[in-house]
Amino acid sequence: MTTDATQTTDATQTTDTAATGTTAQATPTQAGDAGGQALLRLENVHTYYGHIHALKGISLTVGRQEIVTLIGSNGAGKTTTLKTISGLLRARVGSVVFDGDDISTVSAHELVARGIGHAPEGRRIFSRLTVLENLQMGGFTRNSSEIREDLGRVMELFPRLKERQHQKGGTLSGGEQQMLAIGRALMSRPRVLLLDEPSLGLAPILVQQIFSIIAEINQQGTTILLVEQNALQALKVANRGYVLQTGNIILADTAANLAANEQVRQAYLGEI
Amino acid sequence: MELSVLVQQFFNALTLGSIYALIALGYTMVYGIIELINFAHGDVFMVGAFTAFWLLTVPLALHGSVDNPVLLAGILLLIFTVVMVFMGIVGVVIERFAYRPLRNAPRLAPLLTAIGVSFILQNIIQVVFGSSPRRTPQIFGNDARFDLLGASISFRGVFIFLLALGLIFALQAFVGRTRLGRAMRSTAQDREAAQLMGVNINRTIAITFFIGSALAGAGGVVYGLHFGQIGFTIGFSAGLKAFTAAVLGGIGNTTGAALGGFFIGFVEVYSGQFGLFRWSEALVFAVLILVLVFRPSGLLGQPLTERA
Repeated sequence: MTTDATQTTDATQTTDTAATGTTAQATPTQAGDAGGQALLRLENVHTYYGHIHALKGISLTVGRQEIVTLIGSNGAGKTTTLKTISGLLRARVGSVVFDGDDISTVSAHELVARGIGHAPEGRRIFSRLTVLENLQMGGFTRNSSEIREDLGRVMELFPRLKERQHQKGGTLSGGEQQMLAIGRALMSRPRVLLLDEPSLGLAPILVQQIFSIIAEINQQGTTILLVEQNALQALKVANRGYVLQTGNIILADTAANLAANEQVRQAYLGEI
Repeated sequence: MELSVLVQQFFNALTLGSIYALIALGYTMVYGIIELINFAHGDVFMVGAFTAFWLLTVPLALHGSVDNPVLLAGILLLIFTVVMVFMGIVGVVIERFAYRPLRNAPRLAPLLTAIGVSFILQNIIQVVFGSSPRRTPQIFGNDARFDLLGASISFRGVFIFLLALGLIFALQAFVGRTRLGRAMRSTAQDREAAQLMGVNINRTIAITFFIGSALAGAGGVVYGLHFGQIGFTIGFSAGLKAFTAAVLGGIGNTTGAALGGFFIGFVEVYSGQFGLFRWSEALVFAVLILVLVFRPSGLLGQPLTERA
């Protein structure tokens, strides 16, 4: 397959330039690999915060139309992985391949136009802009008729946002802000949507609602990479999952297998 | 106190306030987007005044009033356009080479750099135009005035006020309603989130500097037209008062900066009128101190929490 060929050359190029030479660090298991149709592929990614080695050789794939989840405890590197994909952080070693192109050095704002949407941790909505303006910002890379069309689509998905469209973002409740953050990310018509802790701080009923919306977005054709502390819910909605621990992937499998895995159940699903 | 004097001073205050408002807008926009108090901003204003002086005296070779209203309007249009575009470019260059490399440095570093840029601009003007004050040609005729309630109001003052008002409203519309304006406000609030929307941060910050510096340039032209005399140090005190205006209005808030500018103009003019001429600057800064003590976010500043 042609995409495979380009991906392999990309990988060899980057490993050539990588000084450390940690080339053939195999993924723990190939069981859940998306295979040749991968939309997004991370190859041996190392990311640093100054001297702190946050990601120590992450390799993962996200296939078209999939929901893939990253689970792990605080500080495992989940958010760092998403930020490395969306260009807010740079991989020092390794590469991020999106739809066959190496995007490791493409700046964050250009990646939005290429189809990477990122709803960051903590929602990060623009509190002094109105709900409508927040959504318009989400469609920043698109023209006004496309924005108008998608405003309708997002407001249908989140009727609450339509009611509150002229309110300032900062006046919304936590759940509404989360809906706004997801809706805003959808406004760019992402091909892959990176969601960072969408259920954080929400009441259980809202958590349910957010997860059903995630499933709905996926059914409408958007690939999703989901970072969650709420591993139980995440594994219910996802096709596959990766377990991160201190910057490494320690497990990769289908969501069903992970949910049944003894180690995962003990460490992340709150079972003792 | 005679009514005519009060009316006269009212118009003087509006003119002076227009200058402070135009400068204050740039302070507040730059602070809003990169949290830098751009101490070179007053000197950008000063360079604008000298650019206008140069244009009027060298290429246009004007030395007195222009009585033909059509010609006068043409000259004004030309001067304001050229000076504003030129100062906008100067602002972008300053940001690119003096501030951008320090964007992630501790806050003190760009602040000191701004003071350095301020000295550089002053020295350049000193070298090119000399240290002694220069007379800006008074292209508005001295008898172009009308009477209002016994006061004699110059068309120049009216023009300056209307121009400032027009620029202020144009800026409000740009920031409030356009796509780029939204990008500026988003970048000001959360740079990383704005990047995730597809906003090119560097370009947005450059545009902010362009607009802020162009407005300061317009202020410089106005200063020369109004006072008729400029020197390389005018940026210091005007800049400081405009900064006060920006803080007074709530730094980061453009409406507040414009209102603050007019307020400072009124404080300065009327304190002079009521026999406190020597104290007028002290009063301006007393206002600043009072605001900082009792309402640190400024009159229109509204600290809204990021998360509910």
